[in-house]
Amino acid sequence: MIVAQRKTILDLLAIVEKHRKLVVLGCGTCVTVCLAGGQREVSIIASALRMAAKLKGLPLEVSEATIERQCDNVFLEQAADAVKTSDAVLSLGCGAGVQALAERYTGKPVYGGLNTAFIGILEERGVWAEKCAACGACVLHQYGGICPVTRCAKHMLNGPCSGSREDHCEVDATRPCAWQLIHQRLKEIGQLDELKKTKPPKNWRPSLSGGCRTIIREDHRV
Amino acid sequence: METETFQPKILAFCCHYCAYSSADLAGSMRIQYPPNVRIIRTPCTGRLETEYFMKALENGADGVLVAGCLEGGCHFVEGNLCAKRRVNYTRDILVEIGLEPDRIRMVNISAAMARPLADTITDMVQTVRKLGPNPIKRNGAPQPENHA
Repeated sequence: MIVAQRKTILDLLAIVEKHRKLVVLGCGTCVTVCLAGGQREVSIIASALRMAAKLKGLPLEVSEATIERQCDNVFLEQAADAVKTSDAVLSLGCGAGVQALAERYTGKPVYGGLNTAFIGILEERGVWAEKCAACGACVLHQYGGICPVTRCAKHMLNGPCSGSREDHCEVDATRPCAWQLIHQRLKEIGQLDELKKTKPPKNWRPSLSGGCRTIIREDHRV
Repeated sequence: METETFQPKILAFCCHYCAYSSADLAGSMRIQYPPNVRIIRTPCTGRLETEYFMKALENGADGVLVAGCLEGGCHFVEGNLCAKRRVNYTRDILVEIGLEPDRIRMVNISAAMARPLADTITDMVQTVRKLGPNPIKRNGAPQPENHA
């Protein structure tokens, strides 16, 4: 899922203080699961904004709404009433959700209330970790399902850097060495031979360096 | 002068298994505590969400007291520890927006601790009285408009 974090209340207030009627709009998908922008967070952030505005003497009215999914045009219709009755929208969706809203509701200011961080998973309660860099040319099949592009701090593709200490990364001692995990995993599944193959330089062309990426499926187009 | 006469309204979320029972016991033992608290019984303090504390303060409560079981003694194992973290998170948000974090407090009380409960309530009332009325109330607490 996409993992995000809320901006500080004062940052949010600075973004929206020029408006009178604001709707804080949550998203019921990834950001609900990572506890950053679901219905509950909408309620907390809206409350905090109302109180902060009041303490600063700003005439800001803040309402609350949450829709199923912000990054899909089909679901954006659910937000129509809330958007229509407000001067501006503070979206608690990921970056994709904010932009989808802005494209759908042209002429209405839409602001992002979260910092979209990464694609990751819940490792333990309250801890999310990045697992995928969306590089566009997946190499997971060569490394036992553990991504060196994302999880190795140096993105090493042909073996460890030899800097790890006690199986942990020398860049961040709290994180396990990705190459330790890769070796262990390949050993478990009997594919250690994979490590003997020299990997050619990775093709970074499908990554973000080429600008905004688009996928077109002719078989699904109408 | 105003500080002395100010009668704060404090919302007390009390766990059914401990603090609520100790409040009951305080009544049976004729132990007095200030009438400034409005007690809400909860099945466990772990049931309480950050938004409840925020809404309480936003809607004019001068203080919020969260009373759960002693650490290690929660009927649901760790509900009180969850509540403690949520109270701390709420305090962080209050600091961010410029409201005194001492308006919310988490305490641990067992069902037999009637006297400590009364003392805790008295102390909370004094703390909030020193802080003064909730500044959010100055121009009337706002009523949030919710969309379906």
